[in-house]
Amino acid sequence: MNKQLLSNILANPLAKAGFILIAFIFTMAMLAPIIAPYDPDMIDVKAILLSPSATHWMGTDGLGRDVLSRMLYGGRISLLVGLVAVGISTVIGILLGAMAGYYRGWVDTVIMRLVDIMLSIPSFFLILAVIAFLTPNIINIMIVIGLTSWMGVTRLVRAEFLSLSQREFVQASRTLGAKDGRLIFIHLLPNSLTPIIVSAVLGVASAVLLESGLSFLGLGVQAPQSSWGNILADGREYIQFAWWLSAFPGVAILLTVLGYNLLGEGLRDAIDPRSGNNQ
Amino acid sequence: MLIGISLISFFIMHLAPGDITNNEASFNPKASQESREQLRKLYHLDQPIHVQYGLWLTRMVKLDFGQSFASHQKPVFWQTTDKDGNVTKGMIQEALPKTLVINIIGLIITLILAIPLGVLAARQYQGWQDRSITLFNFIGFSIPGFWLSLLLMYWLGVMNNWLPISGWTSIDYDTLGSWGKIKDHLTHLVMPVIIPSVTGLASITLFVKNGMLDVLNQDYITTARAKGLNEHQVIYTHALRNALLPLITIIGLSIPGLIGGSVIAETIFAIPGMGKLFYDAVLMRDFPVVMGILTIGSALTLLGNLIADIAYAWADPRVRRGVTREA
Repeated sequence: MNKQLLSNILANPLAKAGFILIAFIFTMAMLAPIIAPYDPDMIDVKAILLSPSATHWMGTDGLGRDVLSRMLYGGRISLLVGLVAVGISTVIGILLGAMAGYYRGWVDTVIMRLVDIMLSIPSFFLILAVIAFLTPNIINIMIVIGLTSWMGVTRLVRAEFLSLSQREFVQASRTLGAKDGRLIFIHLLPNSLTPIIVSAVLGVASAVLLESGLSFLGLGVQAPQSSWGNILADGREYIQFAWWLSAFPGVAILLTVLGYNLLGEGLRDAIDPRSGNNQ
Repeated sequence: MLIGISLISFFIMHLAPGDITNNEASFNPKASQESREQLRKLYHLDQPIHVQYGLWLTRMVKLDFGQSFASHQKPVFWQTTDKDGNVTKGMIQEALPKTLVINIIGLIITLILAIPLGVLAARQYQGWQDRSITLFNFIGFSIPGFWLSLLLMYWLGVMNNWLPISGWTSIDYDTLGSWGKIKDHLTHLVMPVIIPSVTGLASITLFVKNGMLDVLNQDYITTARAKGLNEHQVIYTHALRNALLPLITIIGLSIPGLIGGSVIAETIFAIPGMGKLFYDAVLMRDFPVVMGILTIGSALTLLGNLIADIAYAWADPRVRRGVTREA
């Protein structure tokens, strides 16, 4: 990344806002062991469903656990799941997209057909089905979200490769006898990196939403481990008496997803000012 | 395409640890060895795997997904008539129309709101209207649907008691008059319809806006203005038609998301549609139902894309007349 690009990014108000939000949420989650006022799993029968107060900033839940502490620790899980899931889908997407875009022919046909098939199965159904048949835990959730959301990246990388391989510098390098691996990893991939990064950032947003949705349905992160989704699921049960149980995790998810979306869109605008009008 | 889908759903079925009959049996301690064998026969689990796949494929072509494990003897897809002439309705047959009604109403509301908003944002590009619409879009993209559902439930159902918070009809539905029945349906529909509309609104408004922006920069718009048409005519007769073309494709592509999204909304509002059926089936490991819905969901997606393609061809004279032109 050159200086010009960096200052472009920082000058973009969307990217800046998104970056600040994400940085804040990450700091909070990282510092959870230090700043959390209570043990997130500590059950206190004398403090059940207390509304927010000086001792419990975000109140307590149905088992008397401190909501703020659970939010902080839950944030670590939600953020981790989002990042790892997108890591998996991006790696798969790059590999398949690179193969399709570089080798073309039947490889391309097979991979693109696979993409079409995956896109036509409602992915939330697919995720639910797979999760239910495996045991729901963090690792499986990350893998399953990753395995069901690589199609966008694949298409993107393929398109980039197809257009890049027509460019003179790639042709020149090929004429000079560069091998496939060198062409792919030294010439093509670095030049298609920016759209991949944008799509990965936006991908984290949807992965965080997916994870919280799954946890909310009870098929995601399992108790006693907290995640924003399952705190919210508790909140649903107590919705008539304890607004704070649903309000805080909801806001946390909203802000995180908003942060990633802002950052992604901002990056897109900063990298290519014209692209603001497309997509 | 369909074969690929059938392969994937078949593969998932076999992802499950152990044997389906063991799972079924473990939920029902009274199941005897004999009935397990019967089940194995019924689902052809005693056959080698490629034979199983062949059988699964032939049944799928006939849309026959067998019977549910959990709800006794209920056919998964379509009604069956037994020898006494009693009709048992299929589970998907009962659930699908509810999901479709919710999503179609949601989509219509979305379009009615999104098109004027998108046009407004494009005309006032960078103005305060555009900025507030953009802000709304970002929030619409980012808000978790299930949280929004909870907020609505709390506000409209619990705090104010304006709307019923769950179900498809009230308990006393049968005692209501025909007007009362309609009203009962409508009040139950309001909240479930709002949920998919909000997310849809965000993305469709954005598409309309971007489409309009592209179109407004083109020469023929300048021509239209130059020949003295008023702004209203320029926007609504010349620009909008072209800006809306890509929207057809987008709506087609949004179908899997809508169907998938119905799981959460229907579970929260306790609506016995496809999403709820799927969720329950997943929890009970009711494989035939899960497979049936996966297949129907994918088929709906393909159907949606096909309809979108046809609609596109119908709406775009270039495609309609088979003219190809570099875009």
